[in-house]
Amino acid sequence: MRISFISAQRERRRGFLARLAALWVVPFFGARGAGAQETIEAIVPSVKDITRGAPLRPGKVQLEMPLLADNGHVVPLKVTVQSAMTAADHVRGITILSERNPRPVIARFQLGPRAGRAEILTRVRLAGSQRVVAVAAMSDGAFWYATAEVTVTESACLDQS
Amino acid sequence: MRGEGLTADSSYVRSLGLFIGVHRRLSAVSFLLLLMFAGGPAPAAEPQRPQPLKSGGEFSSSELRALQADDFGNPGMLWVVRGEKLWGEAAGRNGKSCAACHGDARQSMKGVATHYPKVDPGAARLVNLEGRVNLCRERHQGAEPLQYESEELLGLTAYVAHQSRGMPVNVTIDLQNRKSYERGRDFYYARRGQMNLSCSHCHDRNWGGRLLGETISQGHGNAYPIYRLEWQTAGSLHRRFRSCLFGVRAELLPGGSQELLDLEFYLAWRAGGLPVETPGVRR
Amino acid sequence: MVARVQVPQQVKRGELIEVRIAIQHVMETGFRYDDRGRAIPKNVINTLVARYNDTEIFRAELGSGIAANPFLQFYTVAEASGEIEFSWVDDAGEKGTEHAAISVVG
Repeated sequence: MRISFISAQRERRRGFLARLAALWVVPFFGARGAGAQETIEAIVPSVKDITRGAPLRPGKVQLEMPLLADNGHVVPLKVTVQSAMTAADHVRGITILSERNPRPVIARFQLGPRAGRAEILTRVRLAGSQRVVAVAAMSDGAFWYATAEVTVTESACLDQS
Repeated sequence: MRGEGLTADSSYVRSLGLFIGVHRRLSAVSFLLLLMFAGGPAPAAEPQRPQPLKSGGEFSSSELRALQADDFGNPGMLWVVRGEKLWGEAAGRNGKSCAACHGDARQSMKGVATHYPKVDPGAARLVNLEGRVNLCRERHQGAEPLQYESEELLGLTAYVAHQSRGMPVNVTIDLQNRKSYERGRDFYYARRGQMNLSCSHCHDRNWGGRLLGETISQGHGNAYPIYRLEWQTAGSLHRRFRSCLFGVRAELLPGGSQELLDLEFYLAWRAGGLPVETPGVRR
Repeated sequence: MVARVQVPQQVKRGELIEVRIAIQHVMETGFRYDDRGRAIPKNVINTLVARYNDTEIFRAELGSGIAANPFLQFYTVAEASGEIEFSWVDDAGEKGTEHAAISVVG
């Protein structure tokens, strides 16, 4: 009887330890995006050169990219920033950054009140599945950002034509 | 049992059944061996076109279709514009431009690409658009032939084919080009390369199916020259053939070679009725 | 290099104009190798400027992360009739220009 009681205890302890281990493992496989675990500076460290310590907040920026790219060589991108685009309140510039490309800064655009609308369309190269970040610098010195996550797959057939 | 026909004699029937059964098994085994090692299934008396006929665009994503439809955003249009410029430029010893003989391409070249490849009477051989441009250069302009995948040849062929956009591909097989058609058809159905696959395996039997993340098209040439995202530039149909040949680890045949020209002709027959889409945009 | 610019032909004063440019340029990343194993040097269009009747309205600093045969679309407000002129330069120092006329009524 004593032996079986101790075994039962051991069993319960093992079960408890297993559940405790699971608690540690699960968060690392949670959803991506700049959540509580990961700051935007962790995703694209180069953003610090743009903001130089000024606060960087999500919002005002819309970054539209396909969820699944046809080919990493050419991925369409559309960035729009909500702004009146007046002399007093406008977007000074937009920077596009990549999480995984060998060169993190994809492009820098300078706008101004003459733009009328802070919207740019272009096509980018993505070196594999990753997040892309668009940072808008406003005339009042504030910085806003948005991210987009794009899946880029390998071509079905290699091509050395 | 002459004069009597087969009777239901049990021992005879049993031995006949055994014979058929063994023969059937042997047939199955030999058929498998044939598939593995021989030249693959022989084409039917008349090779089948895919039903229904679908252009490559129908297997593309909506983003790619939108990109192709946008006449300014379509990257292939950069080559059409290049071709338009070259059309009016003098070339060769004779200092003539294409326009000197052909005038405004928008009229003179309308519908032309739908009939290519065709036999050139002077050269007495099958030529595609690239071949025709080079024949013109040689005969009338006194100019050197342009190389496949050169900016100039891509520009001129894209410009000429673009004038037939929306019109159905329509090549005819006659006594003169029948041999080319047959060689092209045989090439299409022959296995090749380390992977031992024929064009038919993907583009007849598995169009609409998936290869990794991509959907297999029917393999038509009606949108060429295309802008291929993978190439990051425009390219000819022969370059696309070479891509496929590389894909199955087969020997790459040169652009303009007789084999690829014959294959292009077979494909043009096979795509009959599909509209020319040049410049297409593909993955 | 072949370049194309698209603007609406005629607009009303104060209206938003969609401006598009497409340039044929390889935008060589510098990470590719030729068939002899030699690195192909980086050469991208690094700066592109748009001027509307000689006033700068848009500037782009592009990197190798911009796809080959770069395409850009942006906006400006219609003021006077005249010209929207683009000029750009690549890493090899080669310059390009392209322009489009714009007619503004009202």
